[in-house]
Amino acid sequence: MLRACCDVPLLHLTPRAIGSASERFRTFPVLSALGLVILAMLLLAVPAAYGGPERGWVGRLVHAGSLAGCVGFMAIAVAALLGGAPAPLPLPFGPPWGGARLALDALGAWFLLILGLAGALASLFALGHPPGPARSLVPYPLFLAGMALTLAAGDLFTLLLGFEAMSFASWALVAADHEQAENRHAARRYLGFALFAGACLAAAAGLLAAGAGALDFAALRERPPEGWRAAAILALVLAGAGAKAGMVPLHAWLPLAHPAAPSHVSALMSGAMTKVALYVLARFLFDLCGPAQPVWWGVPLLVLGVAGAVLGGLRANLEADTKTLLACSTIENIGLILAALGLALAFRGRDLGGLATLAAGAALLHALNHGVFKTLLFLAAGAVLHAAGSRRIDRLGGLIHAMPVTAACAMLGAGAAAALPPLSGFASEWLLLQSLLAAWKLGDITLQVLAAAALALVGMAVALAAAAMLRLIGLVFLGRPRTPRGAGAHEVGRLERAALVLAAALTLAFGLLPGALLDLAGPAVAQLAGAAPPRHGLGLLAGEGAAAYLPWLVALLLAACLLATWLLLRRRSPQATQRGPVWNGGFIDPPLVFGDPLTQPSAGGIAQPLRRMLGTSLLAAREVVDMPRPGEPRAGHYAASFRDPSEPFLLAPLARATDALAGRAERLRDFSLRQCLGLGFATLVLLLALIAWLEGG
Amino acid sequence: MSFGQLPYDVAHVLGGAMLLLSCMLLYQRRVAAVITALALQGGVLAAAAAWQGYVQGAPQLFLTALIALLAKAVLIPLALRLLVRRFDLDRTVETALGIGASMLAGIALVALAILVVLPVTGGAQAVAREDLALALSVVLLGMLMMITRRNAILQVVGLMSLENGLILAAVGVAGMPLVVELSTAALVLVVLVVGAVFLLMIRGEFASTDTGLVERHRGEAE
Amino acid sequence: MMQALAAILTQLLHVALVVLAAPLLVGGIRWLKARMLGRRGASPLQPWRDLDKLLRKRPVLAENASAVSEVAPYLGFAACLTALALVPSFALGMALAPLADLLLVAGLLALARMALALTGLDVGTAFGGLGAAREMSFASFAEPALLVAALSFVMLAGSSNLDQIAAALRDGGFGLRISLALAAAAMLAVAVAENARIPVDNPATHLELTMVHEAMLLESSGRHLALWEAQAALRLTLWLALIVAIFLPFGIAPAGAGPLAWALGLLAWVVKMAGLALALAVFESAIAKMRVFRVPEFLGAALLLALLAAALLFVSTGLS
Repeated sequence: MLRACCDVPLLHLTPRAIGSASERFRTFPVLSALGLVILAMLLLAVPAAYGGPERGWVGRLVHAGSLAGCVGFMAIAVAALLGGAPAPLPLPFGPPWGGARLALDALGAWFLLILGLAGALASLFALGHPPGPARSLVPYPLFLAGMALTLAAGDLFTLLLGFEAMSFASWALVAADHEQAENRHAARRYLGFALFAGACLAAAAGLLAAGAGALDFAALRERPPEGWRAAAILALVLAGAGAKAGMVPLHAWLPLAHPAAPSHVSALMSGAMTKVALYVLARFLFDLCGPAQPVWWGVPLLVLGVAGAVLGGLRANLEADTKTLLACSTIENIGLILAALGLALAFRGRDLGGLATLAAGAALLHALNHGVFKTLLFLAAGAVLHAAGSRRIDRLGGLIHAMPVTAACAMLGAGAAAALPPLSGFASEWLLLQSLLAAWKLGDITLQVLAAAALALVGMAVALAAAAMLRLIGLVFLGRPRTPRGAGAHEVGRLERAALVLAAALTLAFGLLPGALLDLAGPAVAQLAGAAPPRHGLGLLAGEGAAAYLPWLVALLLAACLLATWLLLRRRSPQATQRGPVWNGGFIDPPLVFGDPLTQPSAGGIAQPLRRMLGTSLLAAREVVDMPRPGEPRAGHYAASFRDPSEPFLLAPLARATDALAGRAERLRDFSLRQCLGLGFATLVLLLALIAWLEGG
Repeated sequence: MSFGQLPYDVAHVLGGAMLLLSCMLLYQRRVAAVITALALQGGVLAAAAAWQGYVQGAPQLFLTALIALLAKAVLIPLALRLLVRRFDLDRTVETALGIGASMLAGIALVALAILVVLPVTGGAQAVAREDLALALSVVLLGMLMMITRRNAILQVVGLMSLENGLILAAVGVAGMPLVVELSTAALVLVVLVVGAVFLLMIRGEFASTDTGLVERHRGEAE
Repeated sequence: MMQALAAILTQLLHVALVVLAAPLLVGGIRWLKARMLGRRGASPLQPWRDLDKLLRKRPVLAENASAVSEVAPYLGFAACLTALALVPSFALGMALAPLADLLLVAGLLALARMALALTGLDVGTAFGGLGAAREMSFASFAEPALLVAALSFVMLAGSSNLDQIAAALRDGGFGLRISLALAAAAMLAVAVAENARIPVDNPATHLELTMVHEAMLLESSGRHLALWEAQAALRLTLWLALIVAIFLPFGIAPAGAGPLAWALGLLAWVVKMAGLALALAVFESAIAKMRVFRVPEFLGAALLLALLAAALLFVSTGLS
């Protein structure tokens, strides 16, 4: 199998690898283990090709193997964070111009931990329900292996290889259910954006390597780019990694692609793949472009991040499909992480080391927390889809009675996404808000005004996220069932429940121990911020002598108040609760089995205040009422719709330009024989002239 | 003079109150509330002029304060209210730019005023620079109001607010002669009379005070 | 040792004070509004009597209500009480002072709001959904205004800890800064919106046009309703106490002072809260409730005032 790989022209055994057996032995504990786990995941794809619904054991083998591999990732990541970064490991194959190597410093280890957690939870969930056809089984371990390879890359070639493997494997997973037209459309758009991202990153890698003359990270760090080259790399990396992470304005694929994939894959894409893209962005901008960037480098990240946060939060409030809602919430959280990274860049450029560690800590902690709670929410949406048969919010409702465990876990996840104390989302957003409140120390008045505006928009985004989570929980789990199929829901199986409960427990634990997590991420924070972070211990600190957040104390106080209130009221108000028909302002429901579903709020109804207040200006939301004239017996129609601004401003002109370009290219068909030969001749002459100019100059 | 000292603080507060009232002028939706805010702004201007007269020891500023109080806080708002009531003019604000967008533009203009005044007046005291920035903001907001409101009454109110800002700037600077103040007041009175006549002529012709309607009849005689 | 004892004692006294004072505050504002409208008005002790009456009644829940309707009242009350325990009232340096962060208080209020909105959606009635949707949309505009208003005094005090802010604004000699006045105006607007007072919401009626907060409580009864009413009173007390602690910090007893200073601080606090209650009653009686879709303009104006305050503060810290 390995020989077959090495026979491909681009890969061959480098002489270095044969003589470095001793080097490999020294780095055996961490990097070789990582390489072996990645290899094992790649090999899992082979038996998966023979899987399918009739051979369930193959699917279970693949998912169990992926679970074991992800647990391995977590262990390796924690070992690397606690024990220090191992020396880079050269691989026995690589491109012709140099070797490939694996390396795992603190930044990569932290994101590997996130990948391991999300992958383990998703694989555990996937073990619980019957696996799909082979075409959705084979890319799954390849997806995980590609992401791990990106995180473990020690040179640009391996990074790009892993990135592209991740893109194509996830595209195959998105296109797995290709019978439906909307899934095909989602897969097409996803492929377009993935190719664009790959091209931008390849161009950025080329620009970066051109200055240093080599591809591996150690050599690149010694010769950082300057001037126009650095600015071009910034733009290309923002476009490439940002498109993969779901940064506005390149986010149009995310709300289509994430719901189209199977539930556990959606969880992995939202929870892990977006973080890997953010890792690539952080690696390029914070590490490979040198230790000191100008202050204005943080501004595009901050602006785009905050815009994405508001847009994602608002869209999440208007969507009518559970998974699309969660995908828009991912856009919002990625925007918040980007804003934190932008602040860290700006603070680093201004030499404010303490504040840079605060912002970098916020970014890394929110990446971890989001990875876990978004995975939990997507798995809960998958459980609901499996049990109640629909993803659309207007077909669900009242599921808390039939699926209490799923509902409880989903409520914890939604509470974390809404940044409620003492859950995990609040801790990382507390850090982000503290760094925004301190951003006035940047000095320049335009930056200060920008930071104040960013603070306002981040506050709005957090409140919009809370509203979206309330809408999700209130319409899906509370209330009454809206369809008979929804009324016939049942609780999900043991393994799926275990995955949900485990994820909820992790959300709670991460919420109560953010200081310990930040201490674990300390080396990664130091790498991003260029300064050593303080030790947080049991709580979170926002600098010396400044504010602190002690989540365990808050949880203790809340529990104490709850207990005291309950005990007091047990004495003063001892009667048990009585059940009766609902009051509802005196309205009597028709005697249907589960009440009239139309007298409940619908998805569009709950969205109405925000649609009118913010949607009309930001998303061109419209409500069209078609009333019949007096005397006409037909029914009236009400339709509410909105339009994402990237559709008319980015995608439609792009589609028009592509058509125009294709029209122009058609003319090449009319070339005669002489003209075709002339084309080849002209290209040859041009290349020779280029060589002459480059060699001579 | 710096923060924590009473003369600066009070002047600062009065200037800030004038800026706040200019923002409130942009925010209201009823003509009566706009005229009330204008009267309040005139009152605050009188207080600011009186305070500057006390601090600088310039008794002519007390006369300015008295004129401001009589003309801007009492007479002109009264005249505007009489016009609205007697000739039954529109009582709601019609805007050419939404309320939210007007407020955003207002904040942007304040930021512009601050960014312009501070580098230009580099040598002066911090006190004078900030008062000048506040006064320029009031002037710009008055101009914004004139541009973004369709009602002729509200355009007159914008002009009054603009003039309030000019007087605030003038009293902030020590040693301004009274002659300038009196001539400015007379000029404004003339403008007001002309404006009222114009308003009545428009109303007589079109039964509405939307000055945009005049555009269509440009070049017509009688 | 004595300091630690004093801190714990002040904390316990503070919690007892606010729990006792909250319904009195609501009753007092209602009495003042009634007097201003020419009525006699119920006694200010009436909310206590209402709570007592509600506790004696048996709570009734709808047939399809879930555990959320049982748990959420306790959770909302506990969250508001915890938040109120963090806001200093008559003395600084209480036992929980290191925990008293403004962002944490905002987060606990968001937790209480979420509990209330979940209760509104629990049974699946139209009014509950309406109230919950509108409440969350008002919060989307109130949060940015609160954060940018907080930026002004956090810049002046150097930290977002409420204890340190109160101490810094009391001893700092900042004078009458207009940034603080503008930030106070913004916070008063946010307080009105968050507590469902006129002009954002009418706490006294149960008509669809005029209620947001009450709509979510239509299905509650007995001790659940008592807890929600108590939570609303605690929330109002919290906002008024927050404004008093930040913008009117004179008279508050410093950390480690003796019982005499506490008594003076208590007197000062009662006077300040009564003054704010009177101002709120006058304000509510003088203006009418505005349309629901005008509320974003109201809160947007508060946000822009807060931005103006922050910009002026940037300028003055850049100058001096």
